Amino acid sequence: MLLKPKGKKPSRRQFLTAAAAAPVAAVAGRVAAQETPDPAIVEKQPWNQFLGPGVDEAPYGMPSKFEAHVRRQNVPWLTADPVSSINFTPLHELDGIITPNGLCFERHHAGVAEVDPSQHRLMINGLVDKPLVFTMEDLMRFPRENHVYFLECAANTGMEWAGSQLNGCQFTHGMIHNVMYTGVPLRLLLEEAGVKTSGKWLLPEGADASGMTRSIPIEKAMDDCLVAFKMNGEALRAEQGYPVRLVVPGWEGNMWVKWLRRIEVGDKPWHHREETSKYTDLLANGQARRFTWEMDAKSVITSPSPQMPIKHGPGRVVVTGVAWSGRGTIPRVDVTTDGGMNWHQARMSGPSLDKSMHRFYYDFEWDGKPLLLQSRAHDSTGYVQPTKEQLRTVRGDNSIYHNNGIQTWAVNEQGVAENVEIS
Amino acid sequence: MSKFLKFAAPVGALMLAVPAMAQDNYGLGRAALPEEIAAWDIDVRPDGLGLPAGSGDVWTGEEVYVEKCAACHGDFGEAVGRWPVLAGGQGTLSDEDPVKTIGSYWPYLSTVYDYVNRAMPFGEAQSLEPDEIYAITAYLLYVNDLVEDDFTLSNDNFLDVEMPNADNFYMDDRAETELPLFASADVCMENCKDSVEIIMRAAVLDVTPETDTEAEVVVEEAAAEAEPAVTAEAEPAVVAPDPELVAAGEGAFRQCKSCHQVGEGAKNRTGPQLNGIMGRTIGVVDGFRYSRTFAEAAEAGEVWDVDNMAAFLADPRGAMEGTKMSFRGVRKEEDIAALIAYLQSFAE
Repeated sequence: MLLKPKGKKPSRRQFLTAAAAAPVAAVAGRVAAQETPDPAIVEKQPWNQFLGPGVDEAPYGMPSKFEAHVRRQNVPWLTADPVSSINFTPLHELDGIITPNGLCFERHHAGVAEVDPSQHRLMINGLVDKPLVFTMEDLMRFPRENHVYFLECAANTGMEWAGSQLNGCQFTHGMIHNVMYTGVPLRLLLEEAGVKTSGKWLLPEGADASGMTRSIPIEKAMDDCLVAFKMNGEALRAEQGYPVRLVVPGWEGNMWVKWLRRIEVGDKPWHHREETSKYTDLLANGQARRFTWEMDAKSVITSPSPQMPIKHGPGRVVVTGVAWSGRGTIPRVDVTTDGGMNWHQARMSGPSLDKSMHRFYYDFEWDGKPLLLQSRAHDSTGYVQPTKEQLRTVRGDNSIYHNNGIQTWAVNEQGVAENVEIS
Repeated sequence: MSKFLKFAAPVGALMLAVPAMAQDNYGLGRAALPEEIAAWDIDVRPDGLGLPAGSGDVWTGEEVYVEKCAACHGDFGEAVGRWPVLAGGQGTLSDEDPVKTIGSYWPYLSTVYDYVNRAMPFGEAQSLEPDEIYAITAYLLYVNDLVEDDFTLSNDNFLDVEMPNADNFYMDDRAETELPLFASADVCMENCKDSVEIIMRAAVLDVTPETDTEAEVVVEEAAAEAEPAVTAEAEPAVVAPDPELVAAGEGAFRQCKSCHQVGEGAKNRTGPQLNGIMGRTIGVVDGFRYSRTFAEAAEAGEVWDVDNMAAFLADPRGAMEGTKMSFRGVRKEEDIAALIAYLQSFAE
């Protein structure tokens, strides 16, 4: 995937101008008194009077039509073809910690495989006592576990390495989702096959036309990996690897092989395409780190943000965002409104789970002056999210992956937010 | 991870002491047959494990590459559009715009063999024979100036090839180089700096996609409404293609999809968009760069009809010598009829 735009630009911009045109309340604090009766109250609305659709109208329910704008989106100039591409979770529209299944970002290397579960098999071979084949029915008979984990693409925020580029946290931070998985601990399947003492690495492989493979050390596999078939209680979505995917908690999303059909056990890593040509981190000196699996602690303010301007004028504002770490939980997030001169501890709300997204809020009184909003995550190991400048000092400008630097949104007097970098 | 490391030793010791515990934990699954393992276990490692017997030379590789790979990767690995660049870039890794190719970046040649074998050609994965993959790999070494033009690559000399960037990778060292830097116990909360300036703005670049979602939703709704009309056989102004054939053609079109689009909003991709192609002059889609053979057909005013389309689909390079369409052809006659009916169902 190329991460810098080439030549052509989209012809027109929308949300900034749209937001700027929104009416701005004239006074801070309480809303001005209503002078004429509100039609929303004194006039009957159709739904007050007439009957709505009955049950079964939508056997699989969809969001209200007024939420049609809440959708995944891609950045067409990023990749050559939508069949091997990525789109982005609309983080700015979401709250809490769980990503709805239909909004989880997609990344495919050969399109969405439409796998018939009755024809799907999972094979374990290589350095095992007994190479085995499991059907989906077999997998369903192992003891299951439930865990909420974030899945973040290592390239999330990769377009921002060279500087502010995309206006919207959907685009800067939307290669992530957070769902509850139901699945079988990978350890149980490996024990069923009996890993030989020389077995130190795994090669999970997908059934799609890209035959996705990654090398995973046996310690991780035995620790917390899952072979999952449900997300948020229902079957995996086809685009998330139906009928079965690998879950590699806290580690880069590319390793979470979808449409999982085979796991080979070996004594060395394979150094396949996705762990050499891709997903290695080129540093300033021309050398590259490999096997950078863990996702560093990171956070972003999802509202206000470029796609979520402040439309109501001065007064109470809810600043909210998400934070996560591949090394544990997020006990604390700090928020600044003045570009980091002064910080305030945000309020965490919702479950705090290992390697899961966390939700934070900072509620404050806006005086209508320009803001420079940032959030800074602290994880349970004591790691503090660095600035982008701190990261560049260590890694240079040629990295693509693992950009977890602090994000800045500049909010102007009209409440319009923009992606900026600050001194 | 830490949890496992803590318990790994005792668990291992226990398994040694009571070997029965390691066997038949749940009695689920069945033994994999050797033929089944052979069918799926195609991976190749840097030490050569998994390489099949075979060989291929640079010139054969060029032929296969031009036919199967060049449409996306360019004749010399320079790439078309945003497809991956495969050659060149040596000496650029510490530049402002590094070019990471097989020659400049990839540490192991086995990765080329493995990836081409498992995932290429795009949209027709796992269709190449070992000799073809050795030949393509040899050609890729040649365009990266790593071998001479008389080079033949085989499973015997595979490990002799040295990749120039092999030594420039090292294991993740963030635990030593970054975690101590970014783990400050007491972070600054007040008066942390005197002033703040905006030094960069995303709006300057203006590369954010538009979010004109309303228009897209309307298009989708219109498309959804239009669907029942087809089955209702509304307004057969021209002779409508047989709906069953059209449906079959939609299935067969999957093999075309990686390069061609058809239908509402279809755009040129690797191949031109196909709306209204039947009955139209050959080679005239706006904005698509055709091969010379297509340009000549366009100049001569030749028109796509059922017969020449059937011939082209059956054997693209036989029917239109010099076409850029690197596709082997549709084998089944019924698929050809279905594809033509499917294409007929899309107006300009």
